[in-house]
This record gives sequence, structure tokens and C-alpha cells, in this order.
Amino acid sequence: MTDKIRVATASLCGCFGCHMSLLDIDERIIDLVQLVEFDRSPINDIKKVGDCDIGIIEGGVANAENVEVLLEFRKHCKVLVALGACAINGGIPAMRNSFELRECLEEAYIDGIGVANPQIPNDVEIPLLLNKVHPIHEVVKVDHFLPGCPPSGDTIWTFLTELIEGKPISFPYEQIHYD
Amino acid sequence: MNEVKTFRLDGVDIEFSEGDTIMDAALRAGAYIPHLCHNPEFTPHGSCRVCIVEVNGGQVSACTQPAAAGLEVDNASDAIVEERRNLLQMLFVEGNHMCPGCEKSGACQLQAVAYYTGMLSPHYTHFFPQRSVDASHPDTAIDFNRCILCELCVRASRDVDHKNVFSLRGRGIDTQLTINSPSGKLGDSTFAATDKAAHVCPVGAILPKHRGYEQPIGNRLYDRQPISVVGDVAAYEPGNKGDGHD
Repeated sequence: MTDKIRVATASLCGCFGCHMSLLDIDERIIDLVQLVEFDRSPINDIKKVGDCDIGIIEGGVANAENVEVLLEFRKHCKVLVALGACAINGGIPAMRNSFELRECLEEAYIDGIGVANPQIPNDVEIPLLLNKVHPIHEVVKVDHFLPGCPPSGDTIWTFLTELIEGKPISFPYEQIHYD
Repeated sequence: MNEVKTFRLDGVDIEFSEGDTIMDAALRAGAYIPHLCHNPEFTPHGSCRVCIVEVNGGQVSACTQPAAAGLEVDNASDAIVEERRNLLQMLFVEGNHMCPGCEKSGACQLQAVAYYTGMLSPHYTHFFPQRSVDASHPDTAIDFNRCILCELCVRASRDVDHKNVFSLRGRGIDTQLTINSPSGKLGDSTFAATDKAAHVCPVGAILPKHRGYEQPIGNRLYDRQPISVVGDVAAYEPGNKGDGHD
């Protein structure tokens, strides 16, 4: 068991679509678990990342907790992978970068349609938002990028099998899209 | 006797006529040199630099460099492809190119050329500039977030439509597309959806209204085949050679 490749995954400021796409490898996941063991991941609900061979990050960096998780992943993972549009360029959440953070909060919690008891949430349990949403390569060194919104199950499968087998990473044309 | 003149592009002989640029001759021969600001219907511009090739040891833009007999043109060396990828990465981070939220995605030439050069990440730090959207015109919307300053709309409006609706203002990194109307809004200009300028944008900056996401994912222009096979998106606009694709 111990010689299995350890893989951790996390969703930062994403929609979990990339994780859904990982599950879209369907029955190939049975082949995958012969080769890998999952460390921290939403799939198994382990909360803390240990030393891993591969760390896969979905989502961009939008709040203080995202920064913390990302730094932990970089510290513990030999190879760090940016999975999907948000991790690579901020994606849809980064469209808030066209506005001031205050404007976004006011639109959602003060001026929004149907808002009752308008107030900007300010609980210590809620991670503080960053002024802008950032791609993860602006915070840590990233070893591989898998574009797509989300990358397809086939793209993820191609990547993981090539990486695990130590082959050069390359994709068929249809497997790389930015959307 | 009229001797056929040729130059060599990646080791293949390409015929050319007097007055051809390297790009003209390559396009005619069906050899693909990546490009964004070039459209064979308009005077070459040489500004996006994506068509850089190495000629006899120096770098030139293929769309402006006159073809000459015996030239050795390198269009596919690792160094040239790397440089093109860097140029594309800079174009991506300078604007706000959120492909998942763009109607042009899948039929966008910036995207297609980036796929062709194997760009997997933007590499650089994003500028996230503050730019606006102009939806004032009834038939056409302009999203300045996606403009790459290729000036094809400027050239089309000036040279074909004779309206001068578009121009660039500012210098260097502050250069922006601007609209010639009293309010600066497209709706107040003489622009019409039937203008040539409405059908030349290689990205999702100038978009027709009322027909977003007509093509399902998987069926779009660059979904299955690379731009080197499919060609420029402008060629598929109404009235052009590829009109009627599915």
C-alpha cells in the first residue's frame, strides 16, 4: 500500500466542476486507485494535507483561507497541478476584479434584490476576501496546467496516466480548451 | 521565359509572385503561419507580431515581409513557437479573457492560435484592467475587455465602410480602441451591423447581439480541428468563403 502515489486535491475559489470532471473518468477510477492513494481531498473529506506526490488545485485564490491551503499544498506536494480555468487565470470569479470589492459586497448584501436585514457579513469564521481573485501561479510555483472549464474527464485521465507513467505530458487537440 | 520564383518555408518550396509578402505566398500555398492582426482582405499591419518567422537569421513579421527568391524561412522552430506563445500569453494577461463566459469561445482566433502554439497557461501576472462594455447599439455589442488592438475593425471601417467609426487612442500599454461618436458610444455612431467592421473581429470584442451561443460546444469552429486546418474565423462570416459552416 505504501508504494502508492499519494494525491491530494482541493477546491479553492472554484465551483467543484473540476472535481466533478475528475469523477467523470468513470470506471477508470478503479484503475486509478490501484496506482494512487488519496490524501486530503473533498472526495474523502480528509481535512489536512500530508506529504504527497501530486497536489491538484481547482479554483483561484480569492480569500485568506485559499492562500493558506495553497501554501500548505505547495509545501507538501512534489508536483503541483493547476486544474481548470479558475486555477489558471482566476476564471469566472475573477470577473469581480473589474469592480471594487466593496461594490461587490454591497451589491450582494446591501443593494441586492430581495435582501432582508442588509449587512455585509463580518463573522470571524468567514475567511476575509482578497481585493482581487488571483490565478494560483501568482502565489506559488505551479508545475502543470490543465485548462478547461472544466477540463474533461478524458483530459484529466490523459494527464494523470502520462504523469504517473513518467511520460512527457501531451494532449490530443480536442482535449485542450479554455472553456 | 517566365521563371517561377520560390522561397523555402520550413524546408518546403513556396512559389510567389512579385509583390507578395511571405504570408501571401504561404496562404496561397496552404501553409499555415499563425496570425491575428492579418486578414488577407486588408493592408498588412504587422502589429500583433504573432506571425514572426526567422528569415536568414533575423526575425520579421511574415505579413509585412516581402517574399524574395531563395529566402530560408523558419516558421516552426522551438524558439519561434516559444516566442509566439509568449506574445499570446502577454495578450491574454493584458486584457480580461474569460473564455468560459465569452460567446466567441470556440470560434475565437486568439484562443485557436493559442491552442495551436500549445499554450496551457498565461504564465505572466494578470493585469485585470478595468474596461467597459458598450451595449448601446441595437444589433452589436462591444466588450473592450477582449480587444487585442489588432485594428481590423479600424481598417474595415475606414477602408471598406468609409465611416471611420473606430480608431486607437493613447500610447503603449494605455492604447485603447475608441469609437468616433459624440458620446463615444457605438449606438451614437454611424456603425451598422451590415458594415464590414462588424465581421472582422478575431476575438469576442465586437459581437452580434441576439445570436449568442448558437453553436453547441463540440460543434464550434475550432472544437475539433486546429486553426491550421480550419483557417481564420473571419472567412466564415456571411458572404465569405467558409459561410454556412455548421
